[in-house]
Order: sequence, then C-alpha cells, then structure tokens
Amino acid sequence: MEATKRGLVLDLKGLLCPIPVVKLAQAVKTVQVGDVIEATATDPGVLADIPAWCRTTGQELVSIGREDKVIHFAVRRVK
Amino acid sequence: MGNRLSLVVFSGEMDRLMAAFVIATGAAASGMEVTMFFTFWGLQAVKKPVRTGASAMGRMLGWFLKDADGVGPSKLNFGGAGRWMFKQMMRKHNVTSVPELRALAAELGVKMLACQMSMEVMEVRREDLVDSVQEVVGVAAFLEEAARSRVTLFI
Repeated sequence: MEATKRGLVLDLKGLLCPIPVVKLAQAVKTVQVGDVIEATATDPGVLADIPAWCRTTGQELVSIGREDKVIHFAVRRVK
Repeated sequence: MGNRLSLVVFSGEMDRLMAAFVIATGAAASGMEVTMFFTFWGLQAVKKPVRTGASAMGRMLGWFLKDADGVGPSKLNFGGAGRWMFKQMMRKHNVTSVPELRALAAELGVKMLACQMSMEVMEVRREDLVDSVQEVVGVAAFLEEAARSRVTLFI
C-alpha cells in the first residue's frame, strides 16, 4: 500500500475471493471522501465482484478493465 | 428489516466451513451486519484444538471433534489424505484457510454465537471455544437475529 495524492494504490494480485473485496473495504475506510483507490488484481472473479461491491456499498466504480491477465480498477469513495 | 445476514453453521466440513466464512467476510466487507450461529458439527469451526468430553461417551465423541484446522473436506477425505491434499492445493492457489478466514471475520466484526444445547450434548465447555465466540445462546436468541435479517442461510 502506497499513499498517493489521488488516494491509494492496492496490489491485490494473486489473491482470491473474498480477500480482494475485504482489502478494498478496509482500504476505503482509510481514505478521504472523494479519494480514488487504484488497484491491480488477477482473480477473474474481481470483474464481477468489484462492480457488485460498489453497487452494494454505494461507492463509485471509476473504471475496470482487463489487460492480459491483470485486472485494473479504480474506485472513488463517495461516502 | 436491517441490512443483516444470519448464518446457521451446522456442518463441520472444511469446504462448507470455507463457504460459510467466505460469505460472512464478504458480507461484512459489503457493509452487512453478520451473525454466525455454530451448532452441532459446526462447533468444530470455533473449537480450540483440545480434547473435550466429561463422561465416557463424551470423551469418545471428543476424540472425533476437531478444530477449524483439523476438519476434512466433505468429499475425497480418505481418512485425512484428502484434507492434506486440499490444503496443499489451497496453498498453491493462494486461497485463505479456514482459521485465517475466521480471524478475518472476527476482525471485520462478524458476531459469532455458539449453540448452548449442542455444547451440552457434545460436552464442549465454554473454555473449549476460541475467543472470537461472543456468546453462547439458544434457538430463541438466534431466531431474534434471523428475524431481523434480510438473508439467512443454513450451511
């Protein structure tokens, strides 16, 4: 975990369900409202789970995409 | 009805316990209030690795009662060989183990309750249970939680 001006960068590569979602939930609590958390992951389940987590918790999914085997996503803390 | 999840954990098998704790931790991370009620074989998930039982039959039963790390999978156990194999494969694929998931659940504020009646029948004492168990309760206490929950699952 590394603090940046925009929020936080998380490396979730190699982690399987439920850990990516749990780490994201824990990370969101450590940043300010409006900050963005950027993350990389390798579990394909993340593609469905992160959008679902954002809908459930009311946070904003800024982007999500897959490049080869690595999934990149960004979530903004809204509340 | 609150944003709550209630789980009855009846099974004492590695794969089912994993499912229970994955759902519980995922729900807690998604902002739900989670209660897990451990009953009968499910008590093994919250039992310390100690031998239990007071009477002769209780001690015999205690010999079969495992802890969260000692339980085998529901299929392909083969007297412990399957458990070893599953653990190797879980490690290889970097899947979180049942004891680790339980610790994570406690960290996320998942409420863990143990069934008083099962404990009486199986001669498991309060001190045989891990500290993450908050209370030992009966069916009415669990039902009160379930009635206030949006989702209730029996595993």
